[in-house]
Amino acid sequence: MTASITARLTQNSRSRQEKPKVRRTPREGFKVSWGLTALMLVASLTIIVPLYFTVAMALKSPEQLGTGTGLEWPNPLHWENFAEAYVATNFPRSFLSTALVTVFSVLGSLATSSLAAYAIVRNWNRRFFRGSFVYLLSAMFIPFPVIILPLIKQTAILGLDNPAGVVFLHVLGGISFNTLLYIAFVRAIPAELEESARMDGATTWQVFRKIVLPLLAPMNATVGIFAFLGSWNDFLLPQMMIADPSLQTLPVVQMLFQGEFNTDYSLAFASYLMAMAPTLVVYVLAQRWVLSGVMRGAVK
Amino acid sequence: MTTTSRVALQNADLPAKISTSPQTPGAPRRSAGKIDPTYYWMIVPVLALFAFFITLPALVGFFFSLTNYAGYGDWKFVGIANYVNIFKDPAVLQSYVFTFLFALTTTVVVNVVALAIALGLNARIKWRTGIRTVFFIPMVLSGLIVSFVFNYLFSNTLPVLAERFGITPLTSSILANENWAWLAIVLVTVWQAAPGATIIYLAGLQSVPSEVYEAAGMDGAGTWRQFRSLTLPLIMGYLVINVILGFKGFLGTYEIIVGLTGGGPGMVTQSVAMRIFSGFTGGDYAYQMANAVIYFVITLLISVIQLRLIQRRGVSL
Repeated sequence: MTASITARLTQNSRSRQEKPKVRRTPREGFKVSWGLTALMLVASLTIIVPLYFTVAMALKSPEQLGTGTGLEWPNPLHWENFAEAYVATNFPRSFLSTALVTVFSVLGSLATSSLAAYAIVRNWNRRFFRGSFVYLLSAMFIPFPVIILPLIKQTAILGLDNPAGVVFLHVLGGISFNTLLYIAFVRAIPAELEESARMDGATTWQVFRKIVLPLLAPMNATVGIFAFLGSWNDFLLPQMMIADPSLQTLPVVQMLFQGEFNTDYSLAFASYLMAMAPTLVVYVLAQRWVLSGVMRGAVK
Repeated sequence: MTTTSRVALQNADLPAKISTSPQTPGAPRRSAGKIDPTYYWMIVPVLALFAFFITLPALVGFFFSLTNYAGYGDWKFVGIANYVNIFKDPAVLQSYVFTFLFALTTTVVVNVVALAIALGLNARIKWRTGIRTVFFIPMVLSGLIVSFVFNYLFSNTLPVLAERFGITPLTSSILANENWAWLAIVLVTVWQAAPGATIIYLAGLQSVPSEVYEAAGMDGAGTWRQFRSLTLPLIMGYLVINVILGFKGFLGTYEIIVGLTGGGPGMVTQSVAMRIFSGFTGGDYAYQMANAVIYFVITLLISVIQLRLIQRRGVSL
């Protein structure tokens, strides 16, 4: 009986995952609208031109920059800008800092919100858990600027004015939204599925790890994507919290090029490109997966 | 702090196994009396951290908004003096006016643009996957870095182009123009925020069964008429979500302004969030905390009004 339910459920979640693929198959009588296609291609230039511009700028020498609009493709190409930016921003260090903050934020978000959602759903009849739910949701009504001044003082006193402190706040800042996403998903898991495992003597932890967590896989992907993007690209919290500049994350490091007397734009753009590349590459490679994950978040 | 809680998370199953009394086989799990303490282990650490890092700073901040604390040194209670002064402070009022006009404009433009893109992507176009990939790129990029790129486009590229084509009003950077700098901020915010809204609209459009359109087509309804009388009402719930999420997010706008104008020229593009953050360095910590409390009350009121409107419309979230 357990097996059949598991099979049905995995099938269920699989068909959920494959939904976008199904949609993409052409409907009957599919007639391509070329006018609309052309319109969309022209509109997509608003995205492509700034990206092209960033690449072109990053490959110029200061002399090539001096003339024209900046949109011209440089000849010869100056790849050495990347090497110089790599040194100027101490790229390996800020990359590592950003990567660590992101990895721990993603893991922390997945662990805390899935556990909280599971505990809340399975004990919905108890006042304590209903209250916890309302309490966690209340964060959605507190904008970060409201608490940021006392928060920074507090983290500084605790010695958390470093990337570890940023991880804490990334996890807690997203917890309302992530728990909400998980709750909708956990509700769909029938309790009978767990009860039979419990009859075989499994503890609540074992039930969660062996039965519930695998079923949450699609939602883990969604929450993970949101946490990854939010953490990697965050500027506000690292900028305000991390006291040691050598531990600063990639977006904040780009402020280096905003000095009043800085004119080395090619170096700046090479650095921008290096900071944007990781998320861009991951997205382009896994775009179908990323978009279906985000879409799942949108529907919930 | 860091290590203990992380260890607590990793080894969480260890103490639980010891502490949990073996359950009687077949006992009804959700009986009202007993509860497996494991469930508390799952949520109490999170609640504690949440209270400590979110609720506590909020209370501390409210407390200091009633003092004259400068961010360092001694302080004493001043009652509601900070609040009274804020309503007389033209710089703060200016930041509220700017922030609300900005958030309103951006919400409207983002939703129009996002809906248009979503309709386009949902229509019968060629190379849909490729085009979709391009349109969602801004979603994965850092807002600050995007703003730096656009900063150069607005202040260098655009003026050179304008001169070449003889468009005099654009020959100087719009970022330095008191009347038009906000427009640049709206543009970049739309560039960055439209994909997120588009995804929600796409989800909405794909929930509309195609038979509905076939029926309408047979009845002779044109494209515009189909959109107005069919599509729009059917995706109204998604529009409401977009407007709510968007407006709230745009009220807290920060990094795109930092990357484009830094609040200038003068202070015309300074948002409320930037004004509050100035409490770090400006020596007016308590004063900006009072500002933060007012900002909180305003956002709360907006949320309540929006929730009321949703309930009245009967849109399910």
